[in-house]
Amino acid sequence: MQFIKPDINIDFIGKRKIAFAISIAMILISAISLLLHKGPRYGIDFAGGTLIQIKFDAPVKLDDIKTGLKSVDLGKSSVQLFGQEADNEYLIRTDRSVMTTEGFSGQVAKSLVDSTGVKVAIRRVEMVGPQVGEDLRRKALFAMFYALLFITIYISGRFELKWFTSGGITIALIGAVYLISLLNVSIPFLMAAALAVALVLFWFLDLKYALGAIVALIHDVIITVGIFSIFDKEFTLPIIAALLTIIGYSLNDTIIVFDRIRENIRKYQKSKFPFIINKSVNETLSRTILTSITTLIVVVALFVLGGGIIHDFAFAMIIGVLVGTYSSIYVASPIIIALQEFTKRK
Amino acid sequence: MWPHKKINLGLDLQGGMHLVLEVDTQKAVESTIERITQEIRTFLKKEHIRYVNLDRIKGSQISVTLRDPEAIEKFEKLLDDEFENLRQVSRDQDDNGLTVVMDIPDEEADQIKRLAADQALETIRNRIDQFGVAEPDIRRQGEGRILIQLPGIKDTQRAKDLVGRTALLEFKLLDDSHDIQAALKGSVPPGSELLYQINENQETGRIKKVPYLVKKRARLTGAYLTDARVQIDSQYNEPYVSIDFDKKGARIFERITEENVNKRLAIVLDKTVYSAPVIQEKIAGGKARVTGNFTTDEARDLAIVLRAGALPAPVIILEERTVGPSLGSDSIRKGLISMIIGGILVVLFMAIYYKGAGLIANAGLLLNIILIAGGLAGFQGTLSLPGIAGIILTIGMAVDANVLIFERIREELGLGKTPRAAVDAGYARATLTILDANVTTLIAALVLFQFGTGAVKGFAITLSLGVLSSLFTALILTRSVFDYFLINRKIRHLSI
Repeated sequence: MQFIKPDINIDFIGKRKIAFAISIAMILISAISLLLHKGPRYGIDFAGGTLIQIKFDAPVKLDDIKTGLKSVDLGKSSVQLFGQEADNEYLIRTDRSVMTTEGFSGQVAKSLVDSTGVKVAIRRVEMVGPQVGEDLRRKALFAMFYALLFITIYISGRFELKWFTSGGITIALIGAVYLISLLNVSIPFLMAAALAVALVLFWFLDLKYALGAIVALIHDVIITVGIFSIFDKEFTLPIIAALLTIIGYSLNDTIIVFDRIRENIRKYQKSKFPFIINKSVNETLSRTILTSITTLIVVVALFVLGGGIIHDFAFAMIIGVLVGTYSSIYVASPIIIALQEFTKRK
Repeated sequence: MWPHKKINLGLDLQGGMHLVLEVDTQKAVESTIERITQEIRTFLKKEHIRYVNLDRIKGSQISVTLRDPEAIEKFEKLLDDEFENLRQVSRDQDDNGLTVVMDIPDEEADQIKRLAADQALETIRNRIDQFGVAEPDIRRQGEGRILIQLPGIKDTQRAKDLVGRTALLEFKLLDDSHDIQAALKGSVPPGSELLYQINENQETGRIKKVPYLVKKRARLTGAYLTDARVQIDSQYNEPYVSIDFDKKGARIFERITEENVNKRLAIVLDKTVYSAPVIQEKIAGGKARVTGNFTTDEARDLAIVLRAGALPAPVIILEERTVGPSLGSDSIRKGLISMIIGGILVVLFMAIYYKGAGLIANAGLLLNIILIAGGLAGFQGTLSLPGIAGIILTIGMAVDANVLIFERIREELGLGKTPRAAVDAGYARATLTILDANVTTLIAALVLFQFGTGAVKGFAITLSLGVLSSLFTALILTRSVFDYFLINRKIRHLSI
C-alpha cells in the first residue's frame, strides 16, 4: 500500500508565499486571541487556587451545586461538568488557596449533600499557593526556553558543524538571561527578548538550519497556545509537558527534512538550492505523513478514551502534531531559502 | 497488566496525598529573640536594674529603654557578661532615656533558620512514621520547603493536621496580680499575654472562648518530654494524653509546683489553653496530663505529635494534591484502554501499509512497551497518568523509526536494488537520520525532567525510555529479523 507515490513532486517552495501568509495569519489570530483573553488562562498550577473534583451518586442540578457552594465561603469560584454527563462529575475551582488546611473539603462535601440531597465523593483536591504558582510559571517558561536553546545548538552543530559558534551563543544567552533575571524583570518579556536576540544572532551568523528550526518551533508553540486560548482552555503542568513534547516532535520532522537536504546538496551539486529543498521535502513527504498518522491515531485515542484529566493534554498534542507537520513542510525549509537569498543579495 | 510490586504507581494512579510545606523559619528566629527577651527580663529583675521598657519589636529585635545612669552602666555590663552574641542596632537618647535596640547577627539567624528547617523535616518524618503510612516519601525541597508524599492515605484532613501542627506544649503560670478585665480592654501588662481556652459544646456545636491572662515566660516546655500516651479517664470515660518528663523536666516541674502552690498553671498547646488547674501540692515524678474533650483519634494524634516533638517553627501548606483511590483506578483503566485501542490501531495500520515488514515493526513495538515497563521497574521510576500518556505517545512515535527505514528501503527497491542490498542501504542511510531526530526529543524530555514535578517527571521518564527503547528495537532488533529472513531463510521477495 502507498499513499504517496515515489515520483511525487509538489511545488511546496513555489507556494511558500501563500504558506507564509497563512502562518502569519494564524500567528496574528493567536496573538489577538491572547490579547482579548488577557494572556493565557492559567490553571491553578500557575495561578494558584484550589480545584476540587466531585462525583455524585445520582444526577444533580448545576444550580443546586452552586447554591450548596454559597454556604461555604469560596471566594471567586466556578463549577463545571467534568467528562461525560452520565458520570455526574464536576470540577469546582476557586482562586483561594489557603483554606484546604482547615477541614475545607469536608465542609464542601457536607454543604453539597445538604443542597442536592445526593451522596457526593470528593475524588481529587488540588491546592496550589500563589507562591508555588509563580515559581512553576517561571520554571515552565525557563524550561521551554532552554529546550529551544539546547535544540538549536544541537542543530547548528550537527548540520553546519558550527558547534563553537552555537555553543558560544548559548552560553552568552544563558549568561544574559541569568543576569537580567536578577533584575526582576517580568519573565515572559525576558524570554521573548532572549528569543528575539537568538533569532537575530542566528540570522547574522548565517546559522540557517538553526534559524529555520527555531522559527518553526516558535511558530508551532505560538499557534498551539493561541488555539488553546481561542478554545479558552487552561494552561496546566501537563500542557507544558505537551508543548515541550510538541517541540521535540515537530523538530523530529524538521530534522528529517534537513537531513535529506544535506544529503541532496551533495548529490545534486549543480542544482539550485530551492530545487534541492523542494525535492527533499517531496522525498520525505511520505514518511512525514505516515508518522503523523500513527501519532495522530494514538493521541486521538487518548483524547477520546483517556478520561477528563488527560483530555486537554491530548488536545494540545493533536494540535501540535498537525501544526508541527505543517511547519516542517512549509515553514522550516522555506526559511532556509529566505536566509540564503538574503545573504546572496548582500 | 503492570506488575504492581515492581513499578511504583504515582499518587495520581494509586490515590494519596502530595504536600509541599514551607517552614516559616523567620518565626524560629523570632521565638529565639522572644526567649532572649524573657531571659533579659529575668536578669534585670534579679540584678535589680530599673528599666523603663523592654520588648521585642519588629519581630526580631529587642528594644530596651533605661533611664538612670547607674542602671545603664549595670545593663552594659550584663550585656557584656551574659549576652555577648547580641548585636547593637541603634542607641537613641531622648526624653524617656536611653533606648538600645539589639538583634542577633545574620549568620546566627541563618544558622537558626537552617536548623529549624532540618529539625522540622526530622520531626515531620517522626510523626508520619508513628502515624503509620506505607512508604511515605518525605524530603527537603530547596531551602525551607518540605515535600511529603503519602500514598494511599484516606483521612487526608487528619494527616494534614498531624503534619501541620506546631505542637508547642508550654506550661505557663497565670498572671493573678493583674486584672483580666483590664487586659481584655487592651492593657495587657508587659511580660504577660492573653490566651484562650476553646470549649465546644458537643451537642449544640457552639464554641465558647475563655480568656486567660498568663505569664509570657514558659516555665516548662514539651522539649523535656520523654513519652506521651493516650489514657482513658476512669471517672468521665474520656481520653486524655498523659506525658512523662525526663529527669531535668521532672525537677523543673517539681520546683514550679513547689513554689506556686495554690496558683494556677496553664497547660498551653500552640497558644491555646487546654486546662489551667490549681496546683494543690508539689508534684514529683514528672508526670502530667493534657485534657480537653478529645475524641480517641484526636488524643492519639496529639500523643504522636507530642512524642515526635514540636516543630521549631510553624509550617504553611503551599501545595496540596489529593487523589482518591477510586479516581486513581479509573485513571489507570482509562489510560490502559486508550493505550490498547491506540496500539491496536497503529499495529493494524502498520500491518496493512507495510505487510510483512509491518509485522516486524509491530513485534518491535510490542517489545518496546515491555522494555519501557522493564525500564521503569529497573530504574525505580514512578508511573503517573502523564507517564501512561508518554507510553501511548511512544507507541505512535516509535514506529517512526521503522517508517523511515521502510520508506528508505522502498526507495532503494524502486532504484532496482536487490532486497538484501535495499535493506542494507535503507538501514545505513536511515540510521543517522533516526539518531538525529531522536536526540532532539530526548533533549526536550530531559529539560522536562529537570523542570518537572511529580506527574510531569513521570511523563519525561517514560518518554525518554520510549525514545531509547524505540531506537534499540528499530535499529537493532528489526534489523536482525530482516537479516534472519534474508540471509538464513534466503527470502527473495520483500513484503514491504
